[in-house]
Amino acid sequence: MLSAMNIPSATNRAQEPAICVQGLEKSYKKLRVLRGVDFEVARGGIFALLGSNGAGKTTVVKILSTLLRADAGTARVNGFDVATQAVGVRESISLTGQFAAVDEILSGRENLVLVARLRRIKDPGALADDLLGRFSLTEAGARRVATYSGGMRRRLDIAMSLIGNPPVIFLDEPTTGLDPEARIEVWQAVRELAAGGTTVLLTTQYLDEAEHLADRIAILHEGRIIVDGTLAELKRLLPPARAEYVEKQPSLEDVFFAIVGPAGEDHKTRPLRK
Amino acid sequence: MATHFFGDTAVLTGRTMRHVTRSPDTIITTAIMPIAIMLLFVYVFGGAIDTGSASYVNYMLPGILVITIASGISYTAFRLFTDIQGGIFERFQTMPIARPGVLWAHVLTSLAANVISLALVVGVAVAMGFRSGAGPLAWLAVAGILILFTLALTWIAVIPGLTAKSVDGASAFSYPLIFLPFISSAFVPTRTMPGPVRAFADNQPVTSVVNTIRDLFAKQPVGTDIWTALAWCAGILIVAYAFAGIAYRRRIS
Repeated sequence: MLSAMNIPSATNRAQEPAICVQGLEKSYKKLRVLRGVDFEVARGGIFALLGSNGAGKTTVVKILSTLLRADAGTARVNGFDVATQAVGVRESISLTGQFAAVDEILSGRENLVLVARLRRIKDPGALADDLLGRFSLTEAGARRVATYSGGMRRRLDIAMSLIGNPPVIFLDEPTTGLDPEARIEVWQAVRELAAGGTTVLLTTQYLDEAEHLADRIAILHEGRIIVDGTLAELKRLLPPARAEYVEKQPSLEDVFFAIVGPAGEDHKTRPLRK
Repeated sequence: MATHFFGDTAVLTGRTMRHVTRSPDTIITTAIMPIAIMLLFVYVFGGAIDTGSASYVNYMLPGILVITIASGISYTAFRLFTDIQGGIFERFQTMPIARPGVLWAHVLTSLAANVISLALVVGVAVAMGFRSGAGPLAWLAVAGILILFTLALTWIAVIPGLTAKSVDGASAFSYPLIFLPFISSAFVPTRTMPGPVRAFADNQPVTSVVNTIRDLFAKQPVGTDIWTALAWCAGILIVAYAFAGIAYRRRIS
């Protein structure tokens, strides 16, 4: 317990896990949403918090991003305690919530400039133009966000979260409500983030999303983490695979992409069911 | 964090001010109802109301200005509510910025938008024959009281903005505020009202604010009304600010 009270030095911080959660509890009135959540996220890579609706995924993300206070337990993000060092946490993170948190009345570029100025970036305009390019929004940059499609909003939302290069990014159900093409665009953006060394914690209720993106997966069920490991480790929990002869029918997704054409250059990564 | 407070508030105020300038309809709809009431009272009911020697448009303008503010602040609640619904409020809260700046940006924008609406209404009143011999100092005093009153009502508007469950709920609170001037000295002298109504009218905040502004416009001594008006504004401001603070902390805990 004593060591948890110490404020880590900068060198300790770099070695500490990106996220460290112990015994987290949270109730809304009488509803016990979190009943002692424990997990750790190593630096770099993608960690998926998997759970059905109402499992408490968003509550975990809100506590980790200093939007909610936990009733009990501790959580550290990038070495900072979320309860006592909230400012340090906020300097280390970005949150992309369940609904694209963008300003509809401003243009895409103005949204990026706004966040860049609040993060005290030296040349907000240049950074905004660079991000518009990276997220294929250059042409739409001057248009009001109200005219954007769901996928474009999400991309803008994620672009806004990258400003200031926070070492930890939270993505709360980043693909809920998106069409299949937009979903693959978001997956691509998340992979690029992780490739750049950012730690990504994403919540999802889609099993295939966790399977395709995450290095580690934790399953949150009834307020506790019931399993936590790599995909290979999770698969070992089940009986060994049996060989069965099954006639391959195209899935609806295969049909959809065969008709409308692949989304971007990322069609190679789309689920291949065998 | 305090060092960033002014910079962050300025950036965020720039954002909300763009919301106002890009939907000028919010300013026009704010001004149009008070102007319609002013036309109705001056050209329809006004002939039947005896206010003494003053021209009726001179008599009623202070009350119309109060109605303008009451309808203007409902947009403040609306804008704050939309920020919370849309998630951008939470984005700001997770960023390393001065958190109170998010609310202050809305409050400053409310002041600016209301000043524009008030100027519009005064302009129409002048076209309808409103005249005042008040000097610059009296005009400054009028502006000061109106701004203080706007500030007080804006902090009231922040409460439903933070707590409402629907858009309608966020702006419905302003209806009683718009109605309040009708039971005051704004349109008819309170002495014509029956006992209990008159007692209410004489002792509610709008009457002292309206009387003070009316006396300043008419170059009359303001008497104790100005102190009553200032006390009401300060009192509402402090109470509303405290409750807004509670609503805010409840939202972020």
